[in-house]
Amino acid sequence: MGIRERLSGNEAAAIAMKQINPDVVAAFPITPSTEIPQYFSTFVSNGQVDTEFVAVESEHSAMSACIGAEAAGARAMTATSANGLSLMWEMIYIASSLRLPIVLSLVNRAVSGPLNIHNDHSDAMGVRDAGWIMLFSESNQEAYDNLLMAHRIAEHKDVLLPLMVCQDGFITSHSIENIELLEDDKVKAFVGEYHPEHYLLNEKEPIAIGPLDLQAYLFEHKAQQGNAMKAAKKVIAEVSKEFEALTGRKYEFFESYKMEDAERVIVCMNSTAGTTKAVVDELREKGEKVGLIKVRMFRPFPAEEIAEALKGAKAVAVLDKSDSLNGAGGALFEDVVSAMYTNNIHVPTVNYVYGIGGRDTTTKEINSVYSDLNSVVGNDKVENPYRYLGLRG
Amino acid sequence: MSNLIEIRWHGRGGQGAKTASLLLADAAFNTGKYIQGFPEYGPERMGAPITAYNRISDTPITVHSNIYEPDYVVVVDDTLLDCVDVTAGLKPEGAIIINSTKDGEELRKSLKGYTGNVYKIDARKVSMETLGKYFPNTPMLAAVVKVSGIMTDEAFLEDMIGSFKHKFAKKPEVIDGNMKALEMALKEVTKV
Repeated sequence: MGIRERLSGNEAAAIAMKQINPDVVAAFPITPSTEIPQYFSTFVSNGQVDTEFVAVESEHSAMSACIGAEAAGARAMTATSANGLSLMWEMIYIASSLRLPIVLSLVNRAVSGPLNIHNDHSDAMGVRDAGWIMLFSESNQEAYDNLLMAHRIAEHKDVLLPLMVCQDGFITSHSIENIELLEDDKVKAFVGEYHPEHYLLNEKEPIAIGPLDLQAYLFEHKAQQGNAMKAAKKVIAEVSKEFEALTGRKYEFFESYKMEDAERVIVCMNSTAGTTKAVVDELREKGEKVGLIKVRMFRPFPAEEIAEALKGAKAVAVLDKSDSLNGAGGALFEDVVSAMYTNNIHVPTVNYVYGIGGRDTTTKEINSVYSDLNSVVGNDKVENPYRYLGLRG
Repeated sequence: MSNLIEIRWHGRGGQGAKTASLLLADAAFNTGKYIQGFPEYGPERMGAPITAYNRISDTPITVHSNIYEPDYVVVVDDTLLDCVDVTAGLKPEGAIIINSTKDGEELRKSLKGYTGNVYKIDARKVSMETLGKYFPNTPMLAAVVKVSGIMTDEAFLEDMIGSFKHKFAKKPEVIDGNMKALEMALKEVTKV
């Protein structure tokens, strides 16, 4: 079952796109996601896909072209990183508010400045309120699998929202690792064809997309977007179940790793979750009750479910690979503590900002977090909840 | 994960250390292993010191960090011994493999008291004799396979024919030379 391969995260994303064979791909190269459109353009040249590949002159145009294509009734994809996403920013909001289920492969990288091409999550966190579904991926395998599920989720009639699949720049995008691919025909059958209900090129239903929307209706339209994001949870769960039946690979809103009786818990996203698993295994062998929550679905945020999962913990550390520079905590930390508070769960929780600009995060450092949590257990009020991990003194 | 083998490559930009690490990952993958092969990306340019890594295991690998306590270190260019701490964290029960013509005692002296096994190979000689040009990465790849015992010589050579056919699809004339370089390097690498 499946095809045993070894691929980088970028290769995995490009192959997922090849198997999906979208109508339109519009992209502009930027490190570390450049290889995705590069590989994909060779698939186009070799006739392995029949996609219209638009080599645009900027990321703003890349997203604009995807918007145009989706509005016309086509299935569109793109890929970018960091400043490329920043340049798309205006169109990112247009895409979601026009309810266009575009799929973007985001290879996470630090947003300048000063210039840094390496991994952190500042690009993704910059668009966390833009109305896009955001799925995070620990490995090349998860980046591939999340992309295969993306259109089924985004294009669902109860959702109709754009979706981005995130993976860590260089750490997974440029590392060759084992992966299990699905056969082309199985992907084709799983993803299915795109038949939008309303689209510009439908001569039988002339419509306008994106006209002026002032005081009378914008509020209602935003509420509809919010409701679609809530509805996405059910669809993501259903599509993930169907994917599991097909591949045996289980995907939930978040992965609970050795959480059964866990007292000290780390919450994090993307590749660091893999490093954390190795530490959890090591500490469990010594009889320590530690666990991991790896958030896959960051938008919509699974607030109730995460609060429930953390209910039994005695201390929690939330790891943010982006500094919100607000003096109060990173984005994931704020979401997690807000989820716990509103669900009346009170577990002492601390935040670590880590891995900024590609700073390597080691098992030793993750170990130190679990060790720090020993002194957080039992505290009514944690001193200094906003910390750095791996920052040089 | 006691079966996990971690390897760190030190080379200079342009010498193919990254390519060698990816070829090693490929070869190990083809023998059924779980693998990682990744370079440490920096401001690379021709001649600048670069680092690449391999993890090879019988069980899935989840760690995503650089390697700080390698089992093996491969030094593709011995001029790096003066400017890079190549034995940093290297396990004493592991080994370092150096491309060099220096004698054993001299090499030991430049390794800051490293007590483990030291191997050397004259990759320039191997490369010049088999390829007629200096590509140190091919001999170093064979040397690390030999020293680490990740796979048998036969399995390695058999797999590499396939890899080279794929890699050099547009210049098949270099495949023979590269295979000879591997075969010669498997014999030439010596413990000092």
